[in-house]
Amino acid sequence: MSTATADIHHDPVESNVNYLNASYGIKSWLFTVDHKRIGLMYLAVLTFMFTIGGVAATLMRLNLVEPQGALVEPETYNKLFSTHGIIMVFFFLVPSIPATLGNFLIPIMIGARDVAFPKLNLLSWYLFVTGCGFAIFAIISGGVDTGWTFYPPYSSLYSHTPVVIMALGIFIAGFSSILTGLNFVVTIHKMRAPGMTWFRLPLFIWAMYATSLIFILGTPVIAITLFLLGLERLFHVGIFDPAIGGDPLLFQHLFWFYSHPAVYIMILPSMGVISELITAFSRKKIFGYSFIAFSSLAIAVISFVVWGHHMFVTGQSVYAGLVFSVLSFIVAIPSAIKVFNWTATLYKGSISYQAPMLYALGFIGLFTIGGLTGLFLASLATDVHLNGTYFVVAHFHYIMVGGALMGYLGGIHFWWPKITGRLYPDLWARIAAAIVFIGFNLTFFPQFVVGYWGMPRRYAVYPAEFQFLNVMSSAGASVLAVGYVIPLIYLTWSMRYGPPAGRNPWGAKGLEWTTLSPPPTENFDVPPIVTEDAYNYPYAEATHV
Amino acid sequence: MSELAAHDAHAHPPGFAHQFEDVAQQKEAGTLGMWAFLVTEILFFGGMFTSYIIYRSLHLDGFIIGSHLLEVQFGATNTAVLICSSLTMALAIRSAQTGKSKGTIITWLILTMILGAAFLVVKLTFEWYPDYVHHIVPGAYFGFQNHAAWGANAPYVQMFMCFYFFMTGLHALHMVVGLGILTVLVIMTARNKFSPEYYTPLEISGLYWHFVDIVWIFLFPLLYLIGGRYPGS
Amino acid sequence: MIGLAQIGFHNAAAALGLMPFAPPDASSIAGDVDRLYYLLTGITVFFSVLIFSIIFYFMIKYRRRSEDEIPPETHTSMALELTWTIIPSLICVVLFVWASALYVRESRPPASATEIFVIGKQWMWHLQHPEGPREINELHVPVNVPVKITLTSQDVIHDFYVPAFRVKKDALPGRYTSLWFDPTEIGKFHLFCAQYCGTNHGEMIGWVYVMSPKDYAAWLAAGEKTESMAQQGERLFTQYGCIECHVAAGTGRAPSLAGLYGQPEKLASGETRVVDESLIRQAILVPNSVHVANYQPIMPTYQGQLSEEQILDLIAYVKSLGSEERNGK
Repeated sequence: MSTATADIHHDPVESNVNYLNASYGIKSWLFTVDHKRIGLMYLAVLTFMFTIGGVAATLMRLNLVEPQGALVEPETYNKLFSTHGIIMVFFFLVPSIPATLGNFLIPIMIGARDVAFPKLNLLSWYLFVTGCGFAIFAIISGGVDTGWTFYPPYSSLYSHTPVVIMALGIFIAGFSSILTGLNFVVTIHKMRAPGMTWFRLPLFIWAMYATSLIFILGTPVIAITLFLLGLERLFHVGIFDPAIGGDPLLFQHLFWFYSHPAVYIMILPSMGVISELITAFSRKKIFGYSFIAFSSLAIAVISFVVWGHHMFVTGQSVYAGLVFSVLSFIVAIPSAIKVFNWTATLYKGSISYQAPMLYALGFIGLFTIGGLTGLFLASLATDVHLNGTYFVVAHFHYIMVGGALMGYLGGIHFWWPKITGRLYPDLWARIAAAIVFIGFNLTFFPQFVVGYWGMPRRYAVYPAEFQFLNVMSSAGASVLAVGYVIPLIYLTWSMRYGPPAGRNPWGAKGLEWTTLSPPPTENFDVPPIVTEDAYNYPYAEATHV
Repeated sequence: MSELAAHDAHAHPPGFAHQFEDVAQQKEAGTLGMWAFLVTEILFFGGMFTSYIIYRSLHLDGFIIGSHLLEVQFGATNTAVLICSSLTMALAIRSAQTGKSKGTIITWLILTMILGAAFLVVKLTFEWYPDYVHHIVPGAYFGFQNHAAWGANAPYVQMFMCFYFFMTGLHALHMVVGLGILTVLVIMTARNKFSPEYYTPLEISGLYWHFVDIVWIFLFPLLYLIGGRYPGS
Repeated sequence: MIGLAQIGFHNAAAALGLMPFAPPDASSIAGDVDRLYYLLTGITVFFSVLIFSIIFYFMIKYRRRSEDEIPPETHTSMALELTWTIIPSLICVVLFVWASALYVRESRPPASATEIFVIGKQWMWHLQHPEGPREINELHVPVNVPVKITLTSQDVIHDFYVPAFRVKKDALPGRYTSLWFDPTEIGKFHLFCAQYCGTNHGEMIGWVYVMSPKDYAAWLAAGEKTESMAQQGERLFTQYGCIECHVAAGTGRAPSLAGLYGQPEKLASGETRVVDESLIRQAILVPNSVHVANYQPIMPTYQGQLSEEQILDLIAYVKSLGSEERNGK
């Protein structure tokens, strides 16, 4: 392996039969089994779905500028927040990094030619698109107004919206997740290149492995839960209806049994990306490799036993509350370990500030705040006051947007040269990253305050004393929106006009940086054999003993 | 480039997929994949089993009444049918493993399919259709009025019947998918895709089939045998 | 000590006329919740500032100065890993214990608490005082008298939330939940529904009026004279024929209900249950599930015949048949 410095200059444009131009025509894409093309197809659909969710958010924040609603009637507002949540959770965040970066990178990072089951991979994309289709059809039919949480009896007996269609869309998209998770687990177990032992794997792979475990174990439960809800709605058979012996809280237990691990599906891959970015842009080995690797697994496992913290005020027993509270504190520790290890990686590094690194550093800061505010909600007595308020909304947006989404953007920027073979203009990328960071904080920090004041969430109208903070939040949202639009422009531009990237424009370690940009269909021109640990950056010898 | 070309020149059995290095890797990957998929199926059915267990412990009387509405003889027959079908499936795999002719393999596969189809026929003809006629299918036509003896338990009898139909229905759906898989396997065998070196699709489909069987083995006692079935009960 | 510093900070902020960071401190536990909140905020600020500063410092000190710069080696340190695992864990233990202790206190209403019965329905709150007054979206209570609210919903899940008291509990259809508070400040405080319940969730709001004892008495006196809940319940008890079987002397087909509330009752299954609101409600709606030992399971169900208010009235009546101190005030 050549030294880091030797790879930085741009290689002359190498012989360029790659996965993008190996075959042409729409059929070569729609019937591809190449994981890289599938990753790109996911990227296209996900960007589209994110736009829909983003439009819903924009309309929501515009409405909230005035206490009596500035834009829409409550009925419409309720559909907007439901659409925003459903699309962003199920049709954007859950698949985001796994389906795009995961699909593209996992085989390359482990030195394989493709995933274990390429046809299942293509099937998972079609399932996802089908699920999106049902969801969009539900939106066009008026949209659901149950919230992304679909609590009965409202969703089973009272809502007059296309709940079953939307649930079907999520159900189908769930199978897409399950197949992706299966594929990744088998690929990582069985298809590593010679010499690529478990503890030489990049931390992105560990993170994706942990995420895939949650995909496999958690997603079937939301599938069956929505299935039961659909049956309840269609045939009114009483599973969740107390009037005929059912229990609405059973739905909540089943729902959160998936949906809590789901939030770790949304953050673990981002954490994996951050591990890659911090090392690459500090040019040194990650601090505490095995701690970060095991913390990913620990998070995946513990995530399955904390779901009750969403139900502290439902009248469940005090003992249940105590158990779920202590477990929720425990699940915070591995995340803290990661943050400290990333920070320590910077120590005595050689740090550069291209856009991916800005996103990574922003992630660490915002995830720290978001994670710590989770402690407010794991604490029983404060959760009683804060549950159902904007404090919760701010907490999860810090993690999902300040965390997961920034990791996604950082990863897209980092691997863009590898995926497209082109460089994007870094100055614009840095400007966009800064705008995202500033806009994000302006949008969501006021929500912590207004939440502690007692403003409940999902309110289309609100008491006048909350207006100032709401206006501040909406103003921030407009800045944030600009930050999201800018990358769309320059990334698209770069696909045609960006300078060629060469194999390793960042001088980073990792098998993906040894192959061509864009890679050939079989990923490697020379099949790799791994002889060194991950992140084996050269270091200066000590000048004294 | 030359290494890849040399790789392709190796003789691989038909059915080999080129993302793998060799057949052994493909077999391991396929097997691990199927086990992982079966874990997802356990979680999938698990949600229903959990809900069933909770409601049964809360409303045992209604569930006993509901259980006694089911025809144990058909449930038991179906259990025997499925167990035999797992045997024929295992024999099909064994035939491939020991290099028997494709005719032998296909015969065992087709026997498995016949038994699976028999299961579905018994269920539809002798259980579900009569249930529909006797108004114990949940929903708008559930025959509350016919059963004054149920008293306050009536909603829970309906709830039991819901679980009965949901769970056996989901199971039956898996059987139908299984029949589809078996059809594909018959075609693949006929086209000489399998050999003692490579019969992984047969093996992993066998895992799936056995899993569907095991789900039934849990369903049968949970649904049909609540509250005992002794004379006079 | 940290708590004192934080109370000082809060008061200083209020004194300076700055935006308060919390709603009014209007119940016996509000101050405790706020103290915990400020501790959590302090921890959040501390660690955020710590991480941000270290990162900024490293960003500047270790910025890449030339393209071929090669950083020195650093070694993973088990001591460091253990430190930053154990210290956060200890902090979590402290937070857990503190928060849980407060939560357990919040779950145990004082025996002397006045009972108020609340039914949430789309999209309003119906509040019943045991003496009889009924309120819609408003609750009048005297200051410094603990109140226990028993909650249910008539349709979907709602949530009764008074930010000033820092209390909240879901109102579930088909069952009773409860919360309690002891109002310590006279004033008018927001009441919100905090569980999404449909179109007008945001308008299912009201006010809690905490009054001096004099004003409260005046308010009670000025209100419409209505029967107490127990009196209404007694009428229903006769009207719906309960009295035919539940003979007070115990000679009827059903157990006498005198003195029954709060006592353990043996069921035919061998299980013993305490007679509380939930059990009485269950007995009225699903009698076969409350089959009392030594009696036949012949009670008809009243599902669909009684509204939630009527069930609460009947429960109040049964309570009033107990010992003297259980009579509704």
